[in-house]
Amino acid sequence: MENVLTPPAGSPVDFAWLIPVVPALSAGLLLVFGKRLGRLSSAVAILSIGFSATLSTMVFAFLQAQPEEGRVFVRTLGTWLSVGGADGLRVDWALLIDPLASVMLLLVTWVGLLIHVYSLGYMAHDERNPQFFAYLNLFAASMLILVTGSSFLTLFVGWELVGLCSYLLVGFWFERRDYATAAKKAFVVNRIGDVGFMIAMFLIFATFGSLTFADVLPAVSTAATGVLIAVGLLLFVGATGKSAQIPLFVWLPDAMAGPTPVSALIHAATMVTAGVYLVARASPLYLEIPDVGLLVAWVGAATAFVAAAIACAQVDLKRILAYSTVSQLGYMFIGVGVGDYTAGVFHLLTHGFFKALLFLAAGSVMHAVADETDIRRMGGLFSKMPVTAVTSLIAVLAIAGFPYTSGFFSKEEVLASAAARPGAQGIWVLGILVAGMTAFYMARWFVLIFLGSPRWAEGVRPHESPPSMTLPLVVLAVGSAAGGLLNTSPEDGFLHHWLEPSVAAFAADGHFLSEGLLLGAALGVAAVGGLLGALLYLRVDVATVGVGGGARNAARRRYYVDEVYETIVMRPGRAMADAFAAFDRRGIDGAVNGLARMTAGVATVGRRTQTGFVRSYALAVLAGTVLIAALFASGVVFGGIR
Amino acid sequence: MTLLAQIPPLQIPDIAWSAISPELVLFGVGILALLLDTAGPQRLQASFLVFGFAAAGAGYIALSTEQSVLPGLVGLAALGQFALTAIWRDRPRLLSALLAALGFAGAIGVTTWQWGAYSGRLVGADAATFVGTDSLLGGMVAVDGVALFTRVTVCLAGLVTVPLSFAYAEERRIHRGEYYPLLLFAATGMTLLASSADFIMVFIAIEVLSLSLYILAGFAKRDLNSQEAALKYFLLGAFSSALLLYGIALVYGVTGSTNIAEAGRAFSSLDAPQGMAVAAMALLIVGFGFKTAIVPFHMWTPDVYQGAPTPITGFMAAATKAAAFAAFLRVFVGAFAPLQWSWTPVLWVLAALTMLAGAILAVVQNDVKRMLGYSAVAHAGYVLIGFVAVNRAGVSGVLVYLLIYTFMSLGSFGVLALLERRNHKAMAIDDLRGLGRRDPVPAGMLALFLLSLAGIPGTAGFVAKFAVFRAGIEAGHAALVVIAVVSSVIAAFFYIRVIVAMFMEDVPEGVAAEAPLAPSTGMSAGIAFSAAVMVAFGTVLPFLLVDLADQAATFVS
Repeated sequence: MENVLTPPAGSPVDFAWLIPVVPALSAGLLLVFGKRLGRLSSAVAILSIGFSATLSTMVFAFLQAQPEEGRVFVRTLGTWLSVGGADGLRVDWALLIDPLASVMLLLVTWVGLLIHVYSLGYMAHDERNPQFFAYLNLFAASMLILVTGSSFLTLFVGWELVGLCSYLLVGFWFERRDYATAAKKAFVVNRIGDVGFMIAMFLIFATFGSLTFADVLPAVSTAATGVLIAVGLLLFVGATGKSAQIPLFVWLPDAMAGPTPVSALIHAATMVTAGVYLVARASPLYLEIPDVGLLVAWVGAATAFVAAAIACAQVDLKRILAYSTVSQLGYMFIGVGVGDYTAGVFHLLTHGFFKALLFLAAGSVMHAVADETDIRRMGGLFSKMPVTAVTSLIAVLAIAGFPYTSGFFSKEEVLASAAARPGAQGIWVLGILVAGMTAFYMARWFVLIFLGSPRWAEGVRPHESPPSMTLPLVVLAVGSAAGGLLNTSPEDGFLHHWLEPSVAAFAADGHFLSEGLLLGAALGVAAVGGLLGALLYLRVDVATVGVGGGARNAARRRYYVDEVYETIVMRPGRAMADAFAAFDRRGIDGAVNGLARMTAGVATVGRRTQTGFVRSYALAVLAGTVLIAALFASGVVFGGIR
Repeated sequence: MTLLAQIPPLQIPDIAWSAISPELVLFGVGILALLLDTAGPQRLQASFLVFGFAAAGAGYIALSTEQSVLPGLVGLAALGQFALTAIWRDRPRLLSALLAALGFAGAIGVTTWQWGAYSGRLVGADAATFVGTDSLLGGMVAVDGVALFTRVTVCLAGLVTVPLSFAYAEERRIHRGEYYPLLLFAATGMTLLASSADFIMVFIAIEVLSLSLYILAGFAKRDLNSQEAALKYFLLGAFSSALLLYGIALVYGVTGSTNIAEAGRAFSSLDAPQGMAVAAMALLIVGFGFKTAIVPFHMWTPDVYQGAPTPITGFMAAATKAAAFAAFLRVFVGAFAPLQWSWTPVLWVLAALTMLAGAILAVVQNDVKRMLGYSAVAHAGYVLIGFVAVNRAGVSGVLVYLLIYTFMSLGSFGVLALLERRNHKAMAIDDLRGLGRRDPVPAGMLALFLLSLAGIPGTAGFVAKFAVFRAGIEAGHAALVVIAVVSSVIAAFFYIRVIVAMFMEDVPEGVAAEAPLAPSTGMSAGIAFSAAVMVAFGTVLPFLLVDLADQAATFVS
């Protein structure tokens, strides 16, 4: 981040601010005039995100044409905040366009575009269709602000806005009480993380006197280690909220209450990766504090393991994917935690493809079986909806790490990095285990939905979804299959070089096993898990799925995390709130009401001057004139001669 | 032929008309709208005549001065009005409203052009004619940052008032032909007041705007409240004008000049404080204090605001205040700055009184319009902090405050106008109960404006308060800012009380279900625009406005 350039006039980077602004304008337009536009609103939404996608591609191409050391641009639009003079807080509306931002732009806009198109079919019958597209646009704009923000604060603006959009979209069908509750839960849990982020920003400003990446990140080595550790931990607290890591992962599975395209876009492909993005963006900072990084990796590994275990026992097709997302996010944190930021971002990108695909496929399945979400009441759908089934299979293979799919490359890279980091061998072992579990629960998911005997309810006639829904599936399937080409090898893959100007380099320290063994172990465990899942559930008696005691029951009940939180956080919290409320009523309200009564008393007296008679008003003017003359006179007398 | 040849060539005196071009646009459009209204069925013919004369005039200018831009614009405008008249010749009110809106937009355009020249971004032969000189039109008019900024504020207020008025006036059967011309004439007076460099001009401008406003306040002539408002405003206005005029006379008596800048210089060179000078300043403060509704000269405000047609109330509260404060600034902070030791303590006391009295008296009001009237008084007090600071930040803060207040005021009165259309009566706070459930969008908008008036962060009102408070602190008036904060807390009470009534209380029992609100397109557009400004300047672009006002915080001397 040392060599920050101003974009040349007229270049795509110069116009990059339009990338978030156009969807934002479209969102505003749809919110105000959506009802009048009716069907047209989806077209407006798709065109706006399409524009952003095109411009993002041009930005990417432009960066690629630049020399390697000249790919970091800051486009300043104007002052946003300027308080306290020259040394005070000054934040500009500015975009940081660098290789990292550019790949995030591509992911957000193109996956966003596909999901907009998909929603055309999926939300066709919803009467609040324009509002839905407005929210989707607003989300895209917010996410684009997040990834292009040139300072912690502008990033935070996007961060809060995506949280708001997530809330609005999870609770889109707010008529259902549990959906509204899920939205509230997502919002509240995220706020906990946000507080961490905010305190981190205060510390950063207090230490560096600026919030701009270009000022702060090159200067991290000058700050005291204690401060850096605090900042690193607090930023990670923020990241655990948004990216659903232990201990704040409980909101994401509930967030599946939202419409399925939303789950795909926000709760799988883009928003939840914001925490990973934040850590990668702040990589020079984490490079100074490797122990905090290791903690990040451990949290990631633990989350990956717990979530995978829960996913093995769920029967709701979207919930399985939700826990799978939590688990895969854990992998990304392993990557950025051990210091291989490229690997973390690489897995973020490939996961964006195959998890968006899985969710969209799940939506397609739900569309076909009358909004059923229990995988025990599916089965045998392969022949009924071949496109959905085949694309799903590709995604399942990718997430399980089948050789040469996108997930294979990115997951291997994360695991290899963990193995190469001294002190992280335990993380590697957990990662390998999770790889096996991933293959297991995804095989279970696929087999129970698409293979075996049909078990759907009577009267349901499964059918393939319309082209507006299947087309995005096919495109994403291509991405899931071939996305690995981005970075076929950790040392000289494309992405590795591409991200060099943006993130700190990974200092590999030699593996504790040979590369072949590492690869073999991962593939072997995954193969065992996958085969086990497939064979177990191909001929399973569904009556035995989703029942059973002991460990399985605990996993099905999500290890009682929600209940524990309710007992140790919610109940004491509520008791405290009640106590405060009582104090508020008796203590503070008494004082306030007293003051208010006093004010009202004064006002009642003052009110009598307002007689309504012009003559008394004129008298008041006269009295005022005398008052002013008296004031002048006293000023002249007491103030003396100048 | 021989006779014609004997006529000497026409001598055009070299008058910098461009200095008052926004006023000319507003006044011209006002006359045009009046003419087209009076012409009745012969509207089209009248419009064609205007077109003919304007085109001939433009042609003459083009041929005699080899200028092309000005005549081109005049020709285009003439053609435009003819086209509009041709299209809407059967709908005189709509035609009038459209012309008025275009007039305000045109005046903003001209002012923007002036700003470009003033700030040096636009260079050329035209630019030099009016920039940076103090003898424009014989020293009558100043073109400086304060004047330009306030002109834009006033014209924006007018631009929002027109769509807010249309359906309201229609409904109350007060939609007569003079309405829009009077609005334009009032705005002419206001912009002129903001750019007056001479006390005579100040007085003329105040009379121009006041006469129009007296009529507009009483425009609902069948409504006793409206009549009362007009009469009170007129009587007290005449009284205060007399005091202002007396002050001007004393200034002339002491200094021998009515030019504001010259009077300031003469004042500051006085050896000792002189009774006459002090009396002059006191009377000037009374005159301006009346127009800007400073305590104790505020008594007319609640009565007049309550009685006047609601969109007019919004316009009066916003634009009159902006214009009068601009002239107030020019005289005191601009010209009388060397004497600040004598007048700042006075304004300090008045500011404190105004803030507290406005906020406290608003607490016990039940009528929402009246409550907003008192709140307007309190806001005048906040603006005065910028005066007492006597520095550039203070001037800039005042400008920002007035622009933002314009939209808060017009927006909140606009929503009230919308509600009055349905209920056919003045709104008490109790009438608003449960509104949030029945009509969430208007209720939400009103809540936004009220929060902004209360100065909650995230709205433009916060930015405005922040700007003047900062100036006050920087100038060392911390005590005054503390009073302002106390007053804001009291004010927050009655703003939020309305929000509570709208969103947390139920429709009172026994109230028959009301007809659904039918907002007209114009009203929706005006309110939505104001709300967008509130949010945009509160969150995304606060410092754009502050930077602009900082650049504009200058006077010609």
